[in-house]
Amino acid sequence: MEGRLPDEPAFVDITDVSLAYGGDDHQTLALENASMAIGRGEFVAVVGPSGCGKSSLLKLVSGLHPASAGSVRVGGDPVGGPLKIVGMAFQNPIMLPWRTTLQNVLLPLEIVEPHRSVYRRRKKEFREKADSLLETVGLQGFGDRFPWQLSGGMQQRASLCRALIHEPDLLLLDEPFAALDAFTREELWDVLQDLWMRNGFTVVLVTHDLREAVYLADRVDVVSNRPGRVIFSRDVTLPRPRRLDNTYDADFVELVHELRDHISKARQAP
Amino acid sequence: MKRLLSRGTLAPWLATIALFVFWEAVVRLFGIAEFILPTPTATFAALFEFWGPIWHNAFQTLFTTMVGFAIAVVFGLVLGVAVGASALLYQSIYPLLIGFNSIPKVAVVPILVLWFGIGTVPAIITAFLISFFPIVVNVATGIATLEPEMQDVLRSLGARRIDILRKVGVPRSMPYFFASLKISITLAFVGSVISETVAANSGIGHLMLQASSSFRVPLVFAGLLVIAFLGIVMYAVAALAERRLTGWATRGQDGAVYATGG
Repeated sequence: MEGRLPDEPAFVDITDVSLAYGGDDHQTLALENASMAIGRGEFVAVVGPSGCGKSSLLKLVSGLHPASAGSVRVGGDPVGGPLKIVGMAFQNPIMLPWRTTLQNVLLPLEIVEPHRSVYRRRKKEFREKADSLLETVGLQGFGDRFPWQLSGGMQQRASLCRALIHEPDLLLLDEPFAALDAFTREELWDVLQDLWMRNGFTVVLVTHDLREAVYLADRVDVVSNRPGRVIFSRDVTLPRPRRLDNTYDADFVELVHELRDHISKARQAP
Repeated sequence: MKRLLSRGTLAPWLATIALFVFWEAVVRLFGIAEFILPTPTATFAALFEFWGPIWHNAFQTLFTTMVGFAIAVVFGLVLGVAVGASALLYQSIYPLLIGFNSIPKVAVVPILVLWFGIGTVPAIITAFLISFFPIVVNVATGIATLEPEMQDVLRSLGARRIDILRKVGVPRSMPYFFASLKISITLAFVGSVISETVAANSGIGHLMLQASSSFRVPLVFAGLLVIAFLGIVMYAVAALAERRLTGWATRGQDGAVYATGG
């Protein structure tokens, strides 16, 4: 655990959490006694070997999956089910193909209160909001296209917009850039960093990409092999906004190497 | 592109004409008697000669088919959504539906006649009974096979089950629904004609039965042609609706011209 003052409660507080999948016969323990604390407005990246339960961590925090043991608190309250202050984006954009890109972005407003009950009345305003959000990620003019008419990178941009349209306090990202080519990925790092710096939400980013983690996060948590646990935590104090040139700086490269060593250990350790 | 398109539109007409030519040639070549297999020319002659009664009866068949089909669409959609959305309902009702669908509808008609008398009502019910099953199965499949990832997108927003059904389940099942309509509409014709041949005072099935009992075989075949024609027209209507309303499923390309089957 890093040095947080006791009177400053974490925004996301995971304490001694275990998570088991499957029936009684062959249970898979995805997480065991995992703990993690994330402050409000913090950008935390979670890295680890594949299949280490990183994604399970997000499912716990989002309330999509209940913990088998331990406590998960967001904003001081125990998580008992899906939270409306959460926005999520996944490795696949998962756009609804029968809706235009703009309609896809608007989807959360049709579901999450208090927007839901005023959706009809304020539809015009919401559309303008979605339009301007699409513009900030470089998708101006594409709102009326269907998602399948867009490239993978464009769909992922739209998926980010959908995760943010209802102004969530907590953004959960499950390897959102993993399926993209390197150039698009790095471009979207900047898009995400800009959005985060402007809006100040809290981010948990699960990723395989150590450069991505160091580039974006305030802190990188390394999770061990299954059953997953946070085995190493590293604050990244590089100044912001970080730019792609910085990824070749000595301190950046050194950080990536340091994390790489811990990942190797994590892969060996049971 | 234009040439391709015109070839595509011409192809079914050419195939139909080829079939008729082949048919005509076979009958003439082998000297087949008219009361066994009339030539297309004799069939078309009968079609024009008895145009009045054919039209009258065809209208009756079209009417019973469409009413039965309409009921099947509403019923199939509602039951399909319910069965697709609830695992319990799926498990409990599905075997019943399959058993029910396995009963030959021709065996049901006498019972319907017993209950409702001879005429329009048994034809409508038979058309309905035979055509709702593909709709239920397809709609239920479309909803039950909803990707968990897609559900997670909505669940992470705190969507209720009914929200997920409305925003994702039902729209996603629409291509399945329209595919089933194309099968159902042709089955509905089968249903109403079956009923008409067993117990009715009008309709193409009744007309064919009457014609065959007086050995006017060309008229029987004329009846068959009319049913086939009506089936094709209604299929085309269903296919058009499919392409208009679920173009996203074929990514707006011309893939929709292929029948998807059930």
